[in-house]
Amino acid sequence: MKPAKLLKTIAFYALVLVIVVFAVFPFYYAILSSLRTSSELFEIAYWPKNFNLENYVAVFREQPFARNLLNSIVVAVAVVAISLFLGLTAAYALGRINFRGRGALLLTILAVSMFPQVAVLSGMFELIRFFGLYNSLPGLVLSNLILTLPFTVWVLTTFMRELPKELEEAAFVDGATPWIVVRRVFLPLMWPALVTTGLLAFIAAWNEFLFALTFTLSNDMRTVPVAIALITGASQHELPWGNIMAASVIVTVPLVVLVLIFQRKIVSGLTAGAVKG
Amino acid sequence: MSGRSALTRARVRAAWQFLTPMLVVLVLVAGWPLFRTIYFSLTDANLSDLSATKFIGLENYLANYDGEWSGLLADEYWWRAVRNTIGFTLVSCSLETLLGFIVALVLNADFKGRGLVRAAVLVPWAIPTIVSAKMWGWMLHDQFGIINDLFMRIGLISAPIAWTANPDIAIWAVILVDVWKTTPFMALLILAGLQMLPGDIYEAARIDGVSPIRVFFKVTLPLVWPAVMVAVIFRALDAMRIFDLIYVLTSNTRETASMSIYARQQLVDFQQVGMGSAASTLLFLVIAVFTIIAITVGKVKLGQEG
Repeated sequence: MKPAKLLKTIAFYALVLVIVVFAVFPFYYAILSSLRTSSELFEIAYWPKNFNLENYVAVFREQPFARNLLNSIVVAVAVVAISLFLGLTAAYALGRINFRGRGALLLTILAVSMFPQVAVLSGMFELIRFFGLYNSLPGLVLSNLILTLPFTVWVLTTFMRELPKELEEAAFVDGATPWIVVRRVFLPLMWPALVTTGLLAFIAAWNEFLFALTFTLSNDMRTVPVAIALITGASQHELPWGNIMAASVIVTVPLVVLVLIFQRKIVSGLTAGAVKG
Repeated sequence: MSGRSALTRARVRAAWQFLTPMLVVLVLVAGWPLFRTIYFSLTDANLSDLSATKFIGLENYLANYDGEWSGLLADEYWWRAVRNTIGFTLVSCSLETLLGFIVALVLNADFKGRGLVRAAVLVPWAIPTIVSAKMWGWMLHDQFGIINDLFMRIGLISAPIAWTANPDIAIWAVILVDVWKTTPFMALLILAGLQMLPGDIYEAARIDGVSPIRVFFKVTLPLVWPAVMVAVIFRALDAMRIFDLIYVLTSNTRETASMSIYARQQLVDFQQVGMGSAASTLLFLVIAVFTIIAITVGKVKLGQEG
């Protein structure tokens, strides 16, 4: 290898190293901190020394963290199920059938996905109180739909449109109703798209903070992000960082695993939503 | 002939049947609450009892009693929130685009371990915002934070810095965490754009001996620019709504508030639904205008035909 080329290769791998360290270090450091006792935390360490699980025990003992996890799972699963069902049926209409007003409708749906959450906050507060859903999980499911439904419809429509036109023609000639066509013809073909969109919707609902913070009151109705944000110690200056890091690691590991397993699908989902948009 | 149009009519009817449930939900969770927020912004609504509200016109926005201006547009903290939001959006989006480009170009190159690097880059994206805020909050801790320790070891600073407590510095901490969290998203979108480029142009450029830097500015950049612009617009719209990161990372004072934080403070902490709704409505209008410009300029494809 020529010196100039060698230098280039070294510079390139140095850049790669910087990117990887910058990307991964905070997560590594959170894991490291979560495994140290509260007195050890006052000394800064860059490498793991001994492993101590006391923070993981404490986070479940000192607050209803198991309940918070369950809340998050229930809310996210319900939001995903509702969004996918409504999204799939709507995407069939928007992606396969020509009707007047389709363009305007798609535009409106895209516009809704741009809504700042806070713009609907007071109206949503009133709505949730009206239905008697304040401080309850159904209230969070309802409000989360504004985040997930527009992009679910949008991405599924994009996928649906790319399927060959002949697909449903044959079924229609045989006298199938649109509902049967969606279930028998499109549902099996849409599985990859549904997994991708479902995963993105799950992440959105799992991470949602503003509604969960505003529409819940008691500790046992909170979802994980709110619970973590509101972990407090004896005083404001004595936050139990060990517990916070342990809780952070617990909620992040499943997400990181999911994202790494489905990374190709997620990338295709994101690009379908944004680039092709 | 008539059978065909009957079939078409049946399908259009089916389309609306399929759309109705989704549209009902969308009106319920988006249209109606937005309408009510705008309505509340014209009233003196209070959170403790929303039914006892009185229409007061535009007084939440701007009012004048005995020569004294009041309302949102006369509140210096509102303007501070506007400045914070716009400044944050401009700086973080520029940095994310620039760094996203670098990461995308690296990931587009052919090298050993590319899959691993791509996976590593996705990690920040997968971490919930609240968790990132807490992780960085701990790393930026003024006494026991690793960042202060690291910077002091390499001689960058001589005394620990209160990254998140000092409002002037806190906004930069917010930008740092946002850049860390969102650059992967930008990088992946730009990478998708890069991978759609035809390879033969590069082959031709290589044979002609054009320098790689020239190829980047003359060929790559103009070709991926449309895809990049769409990504930047999406990102900017998202940045203007920022709430979680500031709420958790900074000490959440009026000095570091974004427009969303200001609105929620009025709404929940001060129970002033009228004022809070006015702030929300203004943020909505700003984003709406920006979106309309973006969609018009970006020529987003809407139907197969049009």
